[in-house]
Amino acid sequence: MQIRQAGDAMLLVEFEPVIDPLVNQRAIELGRLLRARGISGVRDIVPAYCALAVHFDPLRTDLAALERAIAEDGRETSTVEALPEPMVHEIPVAYGGADGPDLQAVADFARCTPAEVVERHAAATYRVYMLGFVPGFAYLGRVDARIAAPRRRVPREVVPAGSVGIAGEQTGVYPIATPGGWQIVGRASVVMFDAGRTPASLLAPGDLVRFVPR
Amino acid sequence: MTTPGHLRVVRPGLLTTVQDLGRWSHQVDAVPVAGAMDVFSHRLANHLVGNAPDAATLEITLIGPELVVEADTVLAVTGADFDLSCGDAVVASGATFAVRRGQVVRFGRRHRGARAYLALAGGGVLTPPVLGSRATHIVSHMGGLDGRALAAGDALPIAGAATCPPNRARGLTLPSGGRARLRVMPGPQDDWFGDEAWQALTGVSFRISPRSNRMGYRLEGPPLAHARSGEPISEPVTMGAIQVPAAGEPILLMADRQTAGGYPKIGHVITADLCMAAQLAPGEFIEFDRSTYREAVTALIARERELMAQMTQPQNGGPAR
Repeated sequence: MQIRQAGDAMLLVEFEPVIDPLVNQRAIELGRLLRARGISGVRDIVPAYCALAVHFDPLRTDLAALERAIAEDGRETSTVEALPEPMVHEIPVAYGGADGPDLQAVADFARCTPAEVVERHAAATYRVYMLGFVPGFAYLGRVDARIAAPRRRVPREVVPAGSVGIAGEQTGVYPIATPGGWQIVGRASVVMFDAGRTPASLLAPGDLVRFVPR
Repeated sequence: MTTPGHLRVVRPGLLTTVQDLGRWSHQVDAVPVAGAMDVFSHRLANHLVGNAPDAATLEITLIGPELVVEADTVLAVTGADFDLSCGDAVVASGATFAVRRGQVVRFGRRHRGARAYLALAGGGVLTPPVLGSRATHIVSHMGGLDGRALAAGDALPIAGAATCPPNRARGLTLPSGGRARLRVMPGPQDDWFGDEAWQALTGVSFRISPRSNRMGYRLEGPPLAHARSGEPISEPVTMGAIQVPAAGEPILLMADRQTAGGYPKIGHVITADLCMAAQLAPGEFIEFDRSTYREAVTALIARERELMAQMTQPQNGGPAR
């Protein structure tokens, strides 16, 4: 674990640079411990794949004390060797057709039938490693290597809300209509993000997701 | 009971949005922070009309709006220097002015700076907060008025009637000659960039591309070469980050940045200088100087003192017009 400065208002705690559930869990746990401290001047604590950001107000934060707190809690989380009982979400997906315009392209990549792509995509249980891109968008991994098609060469100007995409070994659900380059294989009928709801995001880092064909 | 007030939009200007100090503490859900690009001028505008610093203002970009104020209230405009009128009278930027219900406030020619902030006494723009903030983030359709820029015919809720003592302030010293020098703290991906990239970053002027917006400024200049191949694993980012995609064209992340990104960052513009960056327009120029954390904090304290000095000055504006 290494603490680096990313400008004068953010510390970046970096873990081993790998996409791994245990490393990711350490970042999430460290965030949870630091949040519970309620450190003065800290504005936001944001876990990612293998890093944790601590956003702070430089004029209201004792940087040395913040670094000590991160080091202390980091010692505790570096020994995390097991994953906690996760929240598991089942998300119904309509695969193919107008809902999944790239299903055939992924099948061509995988040299298999569209039905086999669906089977492989729905067979895995995915971990939410982090959220990014737009509110409520969760990066899920890992996709079966056989169907891990790369992003489209030309991104779409509008991907409809609910679209389920594949980009290499990542998969995810677009919460809102936005431009996007992932291979769209289906459409989920759940609301991924609603600012008026608590929690606003359906998925949180560390959760597990299964897609259920319907 | 007072009649509710409104701000009616006759002409919206180029890009006018409701902003405050940003939507913090939801980045774990990938909710972008947004908020005023030039926080210094936003805070000063609020101070002039007696509001809390986090009251919502209108951020006005390059071409200003024409607004009908449906309340007896007091306004102040800070930041970019525009010709301003209220009814038939010319009014000054950086000073409070009283408005009677039904009067028209017009933004005219812009002389300097890119973004102005309009604050209204009585708590500012009162659109419903979303996740604790009124800041507009256009890409995620969140906050402000229906998550978008103002359009002709819009009506924004404001306090019905409000007053405050007259006040004026000098404001932020705006960039001159269409360029600004910004200080940069290296990292965190120092190891992705060699001396050549740093010489390129600090040796020439970068032009702000027309393809720039509140999310980020694309910077045209010599490409900044990566010293290694591949891409780092996506990690959280913050305002001021200078991220460099493989093609080498740097992007300076601004208020509407996403919460995370996968490009290596050569450095971060220091917080004290972000308000200067916010006052530059596409086609204008940035020069970068290498800086340290100590210098960044010293500069930020100086910037804060400058703001406090303007906020505590005696109220010598005479009666509000």
